[in-house]
Amino acid sequence: MAAVAHIDSWLENFTEAEKSAAGRSLPWLHRLREDAFARFCETGFPTTKDEDWRFTNVSAIARTAFRPASAVRLAPGDTAAWRVDDAAATLVFVNGRFSAELSELDFVPKGVTVASLRGRIESHPEEVEKHLGRYADTQRDPFVALNTAFIGDGAYVHVARGVVVEAPIYLLYLSTKEEAATMTHPRNLIVADDEAQVAVIEDYASVGGESVVFSNAVTELVAGESTVAQHYLIEREHLKAFNVSTLRIEQGRSANVASHSVLLGGGLVRNNVHPVLAGEGGECLINGLFLGTGSQHLDNYMHVEHAAPHCGSRQFYNGILDGQAHGVFHGRIVVHKIAQKTDAKQTNRNLLLSDDAQIDTKPQLEIYADDVKCTHGATIGQIEENALFYLQSRGISEMEARKLLLMAFADECVERMQSDVARGHIERLVNEHLLFTEGIAPQSGTLGRVVERKLEEVG
Amino acid sequence: MSLLEIRNLHVSVGGNEILKGIDLTVNAGEVHSIMGPNGSGKSTLAQVLARRDAYQVTEGSILFEGKNLLEMKPEEAACEGLFLAFQYPVEIPGIGNTYFLRSALNAQRKHRGQDEMDAMDFLPMFREKLKLLEMDDKLMNRSLNEGFSGGEKKRNEILQMAVLEPKLAILDETDSGLDIDALRIVAQGVNSLRSPERAMVVVTHYQRLLNYIVPDFVHVLVDGRIVRSGGKELALELEEKGYSWTEHEPVGARA
Ligand SMILES: Nc1ncnc2c1ncn2[C@@H]1O[C@H](COP(=O)(O)OP(=O)(O)OP(=O)(O)O)[C@@H](O)[C@H]1O
Ligand SMILES: [Mg+2]
Repeated sequence: MAAVAHIDSWLENFTEAEKSAAGRSLPWLHRLREDAFARFCETGFPTTKDEDWRFTNVSAIARTAFRPASAVRLAPGDTAAWRVDDAAATLVFVNGRFSAELSELDFVPKGVTVASLRGRIESHPEEVEKHLGRYADTQRDPFVALNTAFIGDGAYVHVARGVVVEAPIYLLYLSTKEEAATMTHPRNLIVADDEAQVAVIEDYASVGGESVVFSNAVTELVAGESTVAQHYLIEREHLKAFNVSTLRIEQGRSANVASHSVLLGGGLVRNNVHPVLAGEGGECLINGLFLGTGSQHLDNYMHVEHAAPHCGSRQFYNGILDGQAHGVFHGRIVVHKIAQKTDAKQTNRNLLLSDDAQIDTKPQLEIYADDVKCTHGATIGQIEENALFYLQSRGISEMEARKLLLMAFADECVERMQSDVARGHIERLVNEHLLFTEGIAPQSGTLGRVVERKLEEVG
Repeated sequence: MSLLEIRNLHVSVGGNEILKGIDLTVNAGEVHSIMGPNGSGKSTLAQVLARRDAYQVTEGSILFEGKNLLEMKPEEAACEGLFLAFQYPVEIPGIGNTYFLRSALNAQRKHRGQDEMDAMDFLPMFREKLKLLEMDDKLMNRSLNEGFSGGEKKRNEILQMAVLEPKLAILDETDSGLDIDALRIVAQGVNSLRSPERAMVVVTHYQRLLNYIVPDFVHVLVDGRIVRSGGKELALELEEKGYSWTEHEPVGARA
């Protein structure tokens, strides 16, 4: 860890944020923020000397003096393109701030609470206090500490015992173009009581032009006994965006949780997924797809903790990298001594479409129990020439054939997504994205300009 | 004008010359059979015709309906009406058989300025062809060739051919590994496509396929050269005497 650059700027930001923070009269919340900020000042941003950050250099974030993103109003028409039809509820955040106007909360099912975290802190602080900050670890990760220090707004979702929410709840985080480098620290709390069922989509996108933005999100997902929960993360910001996100899942007895991550956009992206299987018989699926082009850096960091017996975890990550993109898959599995009969599996498959694309894939198994089954495997390959020729020999153009093969590869991940609505949304985004991937073109690079234009339009 | 005209074709792979001057003319309506020992270059010829770019053409020319085939990409050759049934069809997970075949057909139709076929029009025609090849339509819901048996893969090649209706079909050992029933079905599929406008080049090791698909010409390829050409009786002679017999009595190849 390095000394914090711009410490004055951080201090000023923190003091400023504190003044208008939600629930600033709540001592527990005040302390949570203060402690987290102190911890961040102590550690600073990680460096590549840190084992967990070996493949990802965040000095570009550390070097930048960020200002809080400004309050911006968008008209409903401006965000129409980002909607997910058939969501149970939609919460929209613009530059980190909840927009009631753009959100859709009229049809929230009975037994379900969907609100802005800020609002919930004000109206029901005791409910929030039970969980907020109890799982995400400010000691281990400076970005979590930073997020916690700046807890401002985000989503609050609560599903009461036994309630089944069929359609996913859609959370959209939009950043706009600004003069200065700006940051947001979305904080989400999702609580599913025993036997509840819920799916949540977190979608990060940019609107307008490109400017340096830093989204540093933390989501705590608390899955009670026998719950069925799905979490979807989509990153599709422009290439000047830094996006760091942490999903911390706390799983109760026999809970069945799935985390699906899809990284399409962002210049420097780090996605942490940290499930703790804390109750017996839990099942966790950690599924991800990352598509990098240009000079994108996409880091997937898994930390799967088996803390109870008879739990299963399955990790499947597929990466497609083109241009000079750099992908990382770091799959850490920790099996605690008590976690006998653990069944943990990890698979990472990668396609490199250009000579300059790079993938670092690293399994890290720490097993303290003696009766466990842990397997891991990784592959790195190219589009198969044989398959390409076969498709072309039937009249399908080289470009179309490449697209079909890439889609088939991406589909392996997309097909694991259980919610039809979420899967449909993601399938569409992935297909659109692949259409504009350089490596599809016979001469890599010929579509480079189109990629940039497309990103501006779509975010 | 002939459908296919190969003149003095020399082909190398990784610096090794494999085809050493092939001349072959195929006219519409004809069926040619190419026979020859393992490694003689039969598949190389077939793949070059289908425009696989791993093979370097160092000399010679190929005209397909008078157009320079060597300037075409594989998909262009296909769209112009050339079809290769692979000796080893490729398994492609994640791409459905039916979807693939309709995409291929539509790519070809588009090339010819015809309207694309939607699923409603495609499916009845497709079912007919499935029936012709006695194929289980459950197979079609699977990924392309994935988990297909050897025989199922070969039949799938002929199914694709039946749907795409090429002008020139090259069958590379489509008979190998088929039992007699499957062989009969495959031959039936091939024969249903025989017409005065179409031609076939049938690569095989065995005379037995030629009992069903009767060729007009038989050529013997040995070590990258056509060492003998003749009528269908040549196949019988080969079966009897083996290839070594042709090597001792080289005869200029003509068709
Ligand atoms: N991609 C390649 N790289 C290197 N050598 C090759 C390649 N393809 C073919 N060859 C060589 O070229 C020669 C001819 O191969 P080809 O597959 O054309 O023979 P074939 O007549 O089809 O044989 P078979 O009857 O066994 O199918 C063989 O010696 C083979 O090893
Ligand atoms: Mg062969």
